[in-house]
Amino acid sequence: MSVLVFAESHDNTFKKPALESVFFGKKTAEKLGTQCVALVLGNAENPGQLGKYGADKVIHLSDASLANFDSQVYSSVIAQVAQATGSNVVVLAHSSNGKALTGRLAVKMNAACVSGVNALPETNGGFTISKSVYSGKATVHYALNAENKIISIMGNSLSPQIIGNDCPVESVAVNIPAAKVKVVNVDRVVGQVPLPEAEKVVSGGRGLKGPENWGIVEELAQVLGATTACSRPVADADWRPHHEHVGQTGIAIRPNLYIAIGISGAIQHLAGVNNSKVIVVINKDPEAPFFKGADYGVCGDLFEVVPKLTEALKKFKAQH
Amino acid sequence: MKILVCISKTPDTTAKISFNGDQTFNAAGVQFIMNPYDEWYALVKALEIQEANGGTVTLINVGGADNETIIRKGLAIGAENAVRINTEPASAMSTAFQIASYAKSQGFDLIFTGKETIDFNAAEVGAMVAEYLDMPYVSFANEMKLNGNTAIIGREIEGGTETVEVDLPIVISAAKGLAEQRIPNMRGIMMAKSKPLEVMDPAPFQDNVTTKQFELPTAKSAVKMVDPENMDELVRLLHEEAKVI
Repeated sequence: MSVLVFAESHDNTFKKPALESVFFGKKTAEKLGTQCVALVLGNAENPGQLGKYGADKVIHLSDASLANFDSQVYSSVIAQVAQATGSNVVVLAHSSNGKALTGRLAVKMNAACVSGVNALPETNGGFTISKSVYSGKATVHYALNAENKIISIMGNSLSPQIIGNDCPVESVAVNIPAAKVKVVNVDRVVGQVPLPEAEKVVSGGRGLKGPENWGIVEELAQVLGATTACSRPVADADWRPHHEHVGQTGIAIRPNLYIAIGISGAIQHLAGVNNSKVIVVINKDPEAPFFKGADYGVCGDLFEVVPKLTEALKKFKAQH
Repeated sequence: MKILVCISKTPDTTAKISFNGDQTFNAAGVQFIMNPYDEWYALVKALEIQEANGGTVTLINVGGADNETIIRKGLAIGAENAVRINTEPASAMSTAFQIASYAKSQGFDLIFTGKETIDFNAAEVGAMVAEYLDMPYVSFANEMKLNGNTAIIGREIEGGTETVEVDLPIVISAAKGLAEQRIPNMRGIMMAKSKPLEVMDPAPFQDNVTTKQFELPTAKSAVKMVDPENMDELVRLLHEEAKVI
């Protein structure tokens, strides 16, 4: 028995969701009194580094046919490795690829499955786990009643910590089915941390009045080391690219810090951001509904407030 | 082209959420809607493909008789017929199992779901249907065209889009951008009333996940307002109190 973690690598490297998954897997394994095995598919530099975040060993399958993602191929391989390593708990990130795998794996392994969990399981007398539902308006606790269990974890649920050293890397024999989905192009924004992984997000709304005014948002984001985002009307008007749209129909995020600039806070927007740990709202309208959901509010003209905040942060950074 | 669109019912985003005790959802006074990803993107893309290539668009819903309001809406938007599997959707896996049990003998070329429901956000049903039917699955599609029997699909990935090619039959989950929302017109609403809606009994299924408890969040403390002239104070609060910088 062990806990198997699918640790995603992109462009040869492990991003934060992979490290979070391994750390989560290790903490779960400790609760169950067992080992944490990390699985790496495709190219990855020094997979043994996952040992630092809790993996007791890494299974690395670098077959060229695993370079591109196909949920049918990946779920088949993960299930085979779970069997070979005697793993009956599988942990994945609730990422684009993770979401395409969790359901498939659950059916394939006849497992109980919960997607998008935000805390470690309770393992005293059973196996229960919680997640946020109804746009953050409630939490549900599920009991998983099958021998095999599949869990995908929301980003920023648990801060990965270095708790060990590099671990051994092994391979196991698997049958890799032929891929039916061919990847023909990948178009990824470079430079910024992708929104679902970002710890700090600075977001702009209609209050910015036009795309030409985004400089102050970008400057604040740069000083903070934050990723930029926007509200739906801004994306719909093509002021900003669609992949920056956070909210119910855009991307749901849960950063440590969310700064909303010129966003009134419609409930559909809140649904995508209200799992943020700390929310700062800057708006000139004291009646803006977003203030009710904020931790800190600044009621004032954003064109004056935002540059002042950027200056104050620069001063702070110079002193710390 | 035979297309199946899976639709589900969710509380409206603005609904006040409460529970009977801590075990079941309290539906009293809650406005229910068709899950927006199913309605705006999955169904409309299916109709666009049917309009360009011929064929049929069938809706499937797993749920009780009160779900017929949203099913009729889907028919009013343009689907040809609908199937309702008459059982409460207890979990993603039971829903997917019912859909797959119906679909396996029907020979669909395309099966659409929304990318996730807006109440539980699990994004599981599409992947599960694909696995039950042993079909390829492309999740979070935001762009799609057909070239004969091959689909070219853009799918959302972290910070960008991945473009894939795959031969039909496939299961696709629909994200924003795949199509433009359509509002049903009066003619559609009238026609929907006489379109076929078949009610079927569920196949036997044993769930392996149970809801133990729902919990409402603790009330958020009141917002702390900061003087717009004093951004040093906001920085101090974020550093010393919130500890996020």
